[in-house]
Amino acid sequence: MTKLPSESKKKLGLVIDLDTCVGCHGCVTACKGWNTQNYGAPLSDIDAYGADPEGTFLNRVFNYEIEPKDGGPAQAVHFPKSCLHCEDAPCVTVCPTGASYKRAEDGIVLVNEDRCIGCGLCAWSCPYGARELDRDAGVMKKCTLCVDRIYNENLPEEDRVPACVRTCPAGARHFGDLGDPESDVSKLVAERGGMDLMPEQGTKPVNKYLPPRPKDTLDKTPPKALETVAEEPKGFLGWLDKALEKL
Amino acid sequence: MHPAPSVIVFTSISGLGFGLFMWLGLGFPSFTGMAAFGVYFMAYALSVGGLLSSVLHLANKKNAIYAFSQWQTSWLSREGILSVIALFTFAPMAIAQIFFASDSLNWLGPIGSALALITVFSTSMIYAQLKTIPRWHMPLTPVLYLTYAIAGGALLSMQAKVAGVLLIVVLALQWAYWTMGDKRLAETGSDKGTATGLGSIGKVRMFESAHTARNYILDEMFFTVGRKHSQKLRMISTVLIGVVPVLMLLLLPVSMPMAIAALLIHVAGVLTSRWLFFAEAEHVVSLYYSRG
Repeated sequence: MTKLPSESKKKLGLVIDLDTCVGCHGCVTACKGWNTQNYGAPLSDIDAYGADPEGTFLNRVFNYEIEPKDGGPAQAVHFPKSCLHCEDAPCVTVCPTGASYKRAEDGIVLVNEDRCIGCGLCAWSCPYGARELDRDAGVMKKCTLCVDRIYNENLPEEDRVPACVRTCPAGARHFGDLGDPESDVSKLVAERGGMDLMPEQGTKPVNKYLPPRPKDTLDKTPPKALETVAEEPKGFLGWLDKALEKL
Repeated sequence: MHPAPSVIVFTSISGLGFGLFMWLGLGFPSFTGMAAFGVYFMAYALSVGGLLSSVLHLANKKNAIYAFSQWQTSWLSREGILSVIALFTFAPMAIAQIFFASDSLNWLGPIGSALALITVFSTSMIYAQLKTIPRWHMPLTPVLYLTYAIAGGALLSMQAKVAGVLLIVVLALQWAYWTMGDKRLAETGSDKGTATGLGSIGKVRMFESAHTARNYILDEMFFTVGRKHSQKLRMISTVLIGVVPVLMLLLLPVSMPMAIAALLIHVAGVLTSRWLFFAEAEHVVSLYYSRG
């Protein structure tokens, strides 16, 4: 089971647009909601209303600041991170039980919770921090690419995409077949220079990230320094100011 | 990485146990009757005890039996299977020596010794295979684990002079491991720029974490307390693993109490260095979190 399938023709995955993402965490909430009620053990929260709350999430949004090389103003980038459904997924081959597997038919990486022993080795092998052990269920949780939505004929067609994609109000998340060069997502990646995260780890991620577009180059000259608007205090305040300085 | 006591005990104790098995299989020492019972009891107690300790680390123990299924790809699975085969290989030989004072099954010994070493190698590969933890991902990791096991086994089988020499080798390798390990993360070339893919634009810095509470990733992959005192702990474990035991073994006359004292000091040192092995190991996922 933990042998990786020979390269799957279909490579379902996400394309995340770092230019468009507004960092609202809507995808985080939608993911938690759907995956708590569907595939596998619910995503637990521990001590949710106490002093030390923590919970399991399959998708989290970071925020990074970039100081551009040309010295322009710093730029903030919202950065959603979830499983990248790697082609060479190290989390699959390290699994001792066969619980962790990559589907030959569409490339989705899943965990069979009925075999998982919660040893955590798959999470150790993931460079992206995409797997979290659920403290309540004791099994490894990860993005399923909403495998229970995308093929679900009981849902209206527009809902047959991962919950994070369906909910994104900014249109920053795209779902499709990255193995098909003619698919919308593949064209988007080609057009916008989609990139891999930590390519030097050799995991060959399926999910791609679209870099932020270059900022406007208008007003390159820095604004003039503001003229001082504060005046020397007069009258009683002036006397107080001088008296205090002499002390 | 979080230095979980169950895993520290597992790697240290099972390594010692299989190290002792390696020597027993080669006939060092070759006892019969109660004396044989004594050494085999120690070997089985350490190796099985260590393996049971590793089970404590599992969050979902009821599925543990499946861990024997994925030997084709998983070092953890291979380790489980090999340890059981090694333990069963020694059983008939041990029974013959203890109850029948017979060496008729001693031909199993060398096979068992090889299996014991391969088991320790598999244990080390669970860690050495992880590209995400550069400090572990080097050929020296299995070499170090094997040398620890062989030296500890020599100490347990009361071969004072051999153990003394082997412990000097352990110390040299351990220091090479620490020194090389310190440079490993930088050598990977991974930084915040490659982790986020944004490095081509400029210098990347974390502005805000994805979560304000702790989570599994932070608890498991981050551990900074150990690094603060790592130099002191390296010195302490050097003294305990090797310096004191080597002086005792090579300079003092060989006696049972002295050998036991050297052994206990060595084990304390192994536990310290194993604690450092985990505590000092940096995971590349930290690049997504750290401020730098």
